[in-house]
Amino acid sequence: MKSLKAQQHPLSKIANELEILNAPIKGISFASKLIESNLFPLKPTEIDVLQINMGKMCNQVCKHCHVDAGPDRKEIMSRETMQYCLEVIKNGKIKSVDLTGGAPEMNPEFRWFIEEVRKVSSDVQIIVRCNLTILLANPKYYNLPEFYKKNKIEVVSSLPYFTAVKTDSQRGEGVFEKSIKALKMLNNVGYGIENSELILNLVYNPSGAFLPASQEGLELEFKKRLKTGYEIDFNSLFTITNLPISRFLAYLLRSDNYDNYMEKLLQAYNPVAASNVMCRNTISVGWDGYLYDCDFNQMLELKVAAPSSQHISEWNKQSLLEREIVLKQHCFGCTAGAGSSCGGTTS
Amino acid sequence: MKTYYNPEDLKKFGKIGEFQKSMADKFFDYYGEVFQEGALTAREKSLIALAVAHAIQCPYCIDANTVDTMEKGCDEEQMMEAVHVAAAIRGGASLVHSTQMMNKVKEISR
Repeated sequence: MKSLKAQQHPLSKIANELEILNAPIKGISFASKLIESNLFPLKPTEIDVLQINMGKMCNQVCKHCHVDAGPDRKEIMSRETMQYCLEVIKNGKIKSVDLTGGAPEMNPEFRWFIEEVRKVSSDVQIIVRCNLTILLANPKYYNLPEFYKKNKIEVVSSLPYFTAVKTDSQRGEGVFEKSIKALKMLNNVGYGIENSELILNLVYNPSGAFLPASQEGLELEFKKRLKTGYEIDFNSLFTITNLPISRFLAYLLRSDNYDNYMEKLLQAYNPVAASNVMCRNTISVGWDGYLYDCDFNQMLELKVAAPSSQHISEWNKQSLLEREIVLKQHCFGCTAGAGSSCGGTTS
Repeated sequence: MKTYYNPEDLKKFGKIGEFQKSMADKFFDYYGEVFQEGALTAREKSLIALAVAHAIQCPYCIDANTVDTMEKGCDEEQMMEAVHVAAAIRGGASLVHSTQMMNKVKEISR
């Protein structure tokens, strides 16, 4: 399977995605729901999290990927851009550095950057969104669990289900078996083990046009199945809603599920989740250094509405704190039901 | 083409109170409480509901409870096993009546 970009799919053109996402659902826009909840315009509360996209290159091509990542994507963050990120981490009172991709580990500067972040701060939380199979993709990655441990990295990994059929159908043939091997590698160095300080969290997202299960209930089920079936331990399960952009949007349109799915998101709008959306305390940094309200806006190339601080090289915290968060209909994905963020539910 | 069952009508279920409000309100309150977490988990209740939907062969219930079980984190294998439970009970209900047939046969046979 190739990325939408490599396929020259119509949705690889951002303008086409935005044309769809600009249309209200049943005449209702996301902004109008926020007005009802007294949350419009949506403003940041703080900047605690710097989520950095290290590049769109990935060893997997997942069906639902909002980044449209894959082996054919060559966009990679440069060391120069990372140095600007380090300045912000050093001076910006950032509490959490969240590294994502693609597979962030495929960026040749990945280890250098993490070591530099640790030099800047010994206690800032560093999260790596590891797709698991990367640990087995090449001998040069085999010692990543030890590297994560040494640098006190928190690992967050997607595992859509505790069976091979459902996992492979979403993430590719053989991914489940490799993911189990990778989880064992992480468990073997202490990740996810009871009383260990090494945190290993898993991420569930639905394998179609429906909302995620209750995080608490599904976590219990995952723990039981992974322990009894494979002797795997982990800390927490994050349930995440699929947002209607990129490949998942292509699937919704292709399968004629778009209207029903958007209506479902609208009906499940939760004002508590809306007040806790992750964009209120996060800045997302693109591989080329541009700044966004979240990873999804990044993929839609909707830069932060802070004209004097749109690139990491011109970071201006005050300007960013005063900005209005950019909203489109995909935002309903973060406010449906118990809410959704990169750290799971929000209410 | 007009049909007796229209998938769009499922979305109107919540509006049955238009013709009789107090009973509809009581029903939906009761319905909501039934499916909350209790001695059984919401996930277990959803699978029971899916099985019953097949037993009573209600197209609306099958659509609604298929989505609900998936949103409770169930997979296709678990859902099909639940339907087999319904089928086994339905099949068993027919077959257990064969004892009546057997009794009658024996009663009237020499």
